[in-house]
Amino acid sequence: MNTNYDTIIIGGGPAGLTAGIYLSRSRVKTLVLNEGTVGGQMILTHEIANYSGVESVSGYQLANIMKKQALSFGCDIQSNISIKNINFEGDEKCVMLEDGDRFTAKSIIVATGGRSRTLGVKGEDKFKGRGISYCATCDGDFFTNKEIVVVGGGNSAIEEAVSLTKYASKVTIVHQFDHFQAFDHAVLEAKRNPKINFMMESSITAFNGSENLESVTIKDLKTNEIKEFKTDGVFVFIGYIPNTDFLKDKINLNKWGEIIVNSDMETSVKGVYAAGDAIAKRFRQVSTAVGDGTIAAMAVSNYIHDLKTKQTASCK
Amino acid sequence: MLYTNLKHIESAEEHAKILAENENVMVICGRMGPMCIPVYGIAEELEKKYPHVKFYDMEFDHPEAHVIRDLPEVRGFMGIPFTIYYKNGKVVKATSSIQTKPQITSILDEHLATK
Repeated sequence: MNTNYDTIIIGGGPAGLTAGIYLSRSRVKTLVLNEGTVGGQMILTHEIANYSGVESVSGYQLANIMKKQALSFGCDIQSNISIKNINFEGDEKCVMLEDGDRFTAKSIIVATGGRSRTLGVKGEDKFKGRGISYCATCDGDFFTNKEIVVVGGGNSAIEEAVSLTKYASKVTIVHQFDHFQAFDHAVLEAKRNPKINFMMESSITAFNGSENLESVTIKDLKTNEIKEFKTDGVFVFIGYIPNTDFLKDKINLNKWGEIIVNSDMETSVKGVYAAGDAIAKRFRQVSTAVGDGTIAAMAVSNYIHDLKTKQTASCK
Repeated sequence: MLYTNLKHIESAEEHAKILAENENVMVICGRMGPMCIPVYGIAEELEKKYPHVKFYDMEFDHPEAHVIRDLPEVRGFMGIPFTIYYKNGKVVKATSSIQTKPQITSILDEHLATK
């Protein structure tokens, strides 16, 4: 199948869906392609209480409202797809999917967001759901009266370590540096908690066990000493990385892999825009993603109008 | 309460009835959390592609979800959702925690395929 659009939005989180709403409502023929479930990281938020104009809503509900809005204006949305290749060159951009579908468009908005970073060490896939977790509120109660490890040193790691002491008998925080990146008050709360221990300048190099996780291999980064540490579970909170791997050598990224854009959300390639958590910026919130998506959509709308005007003029 | 677009199983009796009346059943037992929502989303999408499979969810904390939580196949599971695949009322596969669409379709194709 080969279908032509005015704009293809890659990513269906708050930035992508907002751009979809604005563009479709402006009668710009728009397709949203999303590799997972529509909603992005927003759907992972249990309660959103700081989105202006909405007292309290779950991320899942907010995502579904945004999706419904976009669909109501005629936006096409395809989720759980896999992208095989993208071509940004020239006036006609092209996106090919693994299933053979091919889409072309005059412009692209990249709104691919980010994902939780994993350790990427031996045994991590094997013990996911069998001792390794990335969500304290989901799986904390499986570790009642058990001894666990929390990996990370940012706000998520420290706050979740404290919250896990409701269940676990002992929590050991393993962090690669000699200091934490989390706010001082969060670190202080963790240090005051008698159930929490700290293993600084250390990293996990392997997960071990037969059916379930039984221990981790830990490397002391100062002395290079390797030891086995018995544990019932490990919670990993080591930050987020932008979903931009497929964009290397196609548009300008910074050293963290974030997309560099100007104030109109325009990337280094003409006709290619970006919005949301995948771009280089300081603050990442649903509201900032929505703002980015709005700006990108309006800039794209102008870009397509100019392109069509030029094409019409050249035909006279 | 699970506010997904899947059909919900509300009791052990209903769970037993569904298994008795359907050859291929997938039940996702979870909460509205980050590891569960993507699995519900994938199942919602696969309903059309796999019309011979009945897709359901069940609230993990519902007292009658013991029909899932107490299955021998989930012993050792420490991450939700618990996703159970039934063929003719028997568990043929069970997974713990988040799964990708290729992981789920591979199980459906292998264990709940049409004859």
